[in-house]
Amino acid sequence: MKKLINEPDDVVADALRGIEAAHGDRVRVTFDPYTIVRLDAPVKGKVGLVSGGGSGHEPLHGGFVGPGMLDAACPGEVFTSPTPDQMLEATKAVDGGAGVVHIVKNYTGDVLNFEMAAELAKADGIEVDTILTNDDVAVEDSLYTAGRRGVGVTVLVEKIAGAAADAGKSLQEVTEVGRRVNAAGRTMGMALTPCITPASGEPSFELDENEVEIGIGIHGEPGRFREQIGPASQIAERLMTPILEDLPFSSGDSVLAFVNGMGGTPLIELYIVYAEVAKIAAAHGLKIERNLVGNYITSLEMQGCSITLLRLDDELTRYWDAPVNTPALRWGA
Amino acid sequence: MSLINRDTTLRWIELFAAQMDEHRQELIRLDTAIGDGDHGTNMNRGMQKVLEKLQAAEQADPSAVLKTVAMALISSVGGAAGPLYGTLFLQLGTALAGHAEVDLPTYAAAWRTSVEGVQARGKAQPGDKTMVDALLPAVAALEQASDLNTGLRAAADAAEQGMLATIPLIARKGRASYLGERSADHQDPGSTSTYYLFESAATAFTS
Repeated sequence: MKKLINEPDDVVADALRGIEAAHGDRVRVTFDPYTIVRLDAPVKGKVGLVSGGGSGHEPLHGGFVGPGMLDAACPGEVFTSPTPDQMLEATKAVDGGAGVVHIVKNYTGDVLNFEMAAELAKADGIEVDTILTNDDVAVEDSLYTAGRRGVGVTVLVEKIAGAAADAGKSLQEVTEVGRRVNAAGRTMGMALTPCITPASGEPSFELDENEVEIGIGIHGEPGRFREQIGPASQIAERLMTPILEDLPFSSGDSVLAFVNGMGGTPLIELYIVYAEVAKIAAAHGLKIERNLVGNYITSLEMQGCSITLLRLDDELTRYWDAPVNTPALRWGA
Repeated sequence: MSLINRDTTLRWIELFAAQMDEHRQELIRLDTAIGDGDHGTNMNRGMQKVLEKLQAAEQADPSAVLKTVAMALISSVGGAAGPLYGTLFLQLGTALAGHAEVDLPTYAAAWRTSVEGVQARGKAQPGDKTMVDALLPAVAALEQASDLNTGLRAAADAAEQGMLATIPLIARKGRASYLGERSADHQDPGSTSTYYLFESAATAFTS
C-alpha cells in the first residue's frame, strides 16, 4: 500500500486539519467530535441541512458545506458511519429555529446512527426531518436486503434541498423537495480497480487485470457481477440501461446527467463516458438540460465511475441553478 | 464458583477488549469478504475507548459498568456496530440496575431485554446473517440453564454454533445483503464478535 498519509489512524483528523487550513475562511472544523460547520451558522430562520457519512468519499460531504448547500457535515472514520454525538453537535450548531434536515445515505450504519441522533435532537427540542437517499439501481430493492444504497443522487439532493432552504422554504417543504429529487434520480456505478482503506491496507476485492466490476457501491463493496472489460461505449450502455428502465425515463423527459468519478479515474475518461451518456440519452429521446462531470462522491483511489440521471421539472431546475458557494461546488456566487 | 458483580463485569469487558484486539485482523478479513472491512478496526477502537472511560471514573455496580460501556461504544464505533452494541449494553445495564450481585434468572432476563432492544434497533430476524444469529441461541441457552456456571458455558457454545450457522446463509441485512447469493459461504463478522463477547463472559464469570 502506498498512500500520501502520515499514520493510518490519523487519516481523518489530518485531512480535517487540511480542510480547516484551506477553507477556514468559510467553515469551522471541530475535532471532538468531528464536524465541519458553516462559519455563519446558525442562519436565523433558515432550515439547517446536516449530512454525514464515512470519510473517503471526498468532496462529499464536507466539501459541500456553505451557502446554498449544507450547513454542516459529520465525517466518520474511513468508510464508517459517524456517531450520534457528532450528528447531535452538528444539528445544534446549525439550528436557526426553523428545524434541521438530516440527509442520510441508505446504509445500515448511517441510518442507525442518524436515527439515534434525531431522537437525541428531538429530546433537546430541535425539530428534525430526514431525507433518505437510495438511488442505486444495482441493488435489488426487496424485503430481503438493506434496501438500495444512497449514492450519486445524494450530491444532487444536497444541492437542490440546500437551495430550497436558502429560498426560505419550511422544514416540511425542504424535506419534500429533497425526497422528490431522490425519487426522480437513479444511479449505477462500476469499477476498474478496487480501493484500499488505510486501516486494512488490503484491496477491498480482487479483480483481474482484464475484468471490470459492475454495480459497485462507494465503500469498496464488490458489485453485482464482473465481466471482461469492453470499450467505454459498452460500459456506459451497461450502466445506462438499468437506470433508464428502472425509473423509467421516457422519451421527452428533461434530465440532469451526472457522470461521477470514483477518485482514481482521470477527467478525460469521464468525458469519454459523458459523450456516450449523451448519445444514449439522445437515442432514448431524453433532453439533457443540465449536467455535472467530475469527482464528487468518490471511493478513495478506486478507478471507475457512476452515472446518475435525474428527471427535472421547472422547480428542481431553478433550485439547481441557484447560487452555491462551497469548497467543491460553486456557481452564481 | 461463578459470580456476577462489579469486579467480574469489569473483567468481562477487559477480556472482550483483549479479544477484539487479538481478533482484529480476523474480523477485518471476514468483513472485507462480504462488507466494507471495518468491523475489526471499529470494535477495537471502540473497546479501547471503553477501557479509557472505565478507568476515568469508578462504577458502583454492574449496571454502571455496562452503561459506561454503552455510551463509549455509541460515541466511538460508528457503522452499524456502534448503535447495535451500544443498544445491547445499554439495555443490559438498564435491566440490571440496582443489582450489586446478579443471579442467573436476573441475568438471563436482562439478556432477553437486551436482545429485544438490538432487534428493535436493527430490525434483524433470525437467519438474516447478523449478530442476532449468535445472540438469540446464547440467550436461550442462558434461560434454559440451571446454574450460572454451566449456563455461561452453554451460552458461549450456543453463540459459537450460531456464528458457524451463518456461513451458508444469504445476508438480508447490512452491507452484506447487497451481495445477494454471493454473501453465502462466508461467516458473518457481527455474529463472530458476538461469539467472542459470550466466550469472554464464560471465562470472566467462572474463572
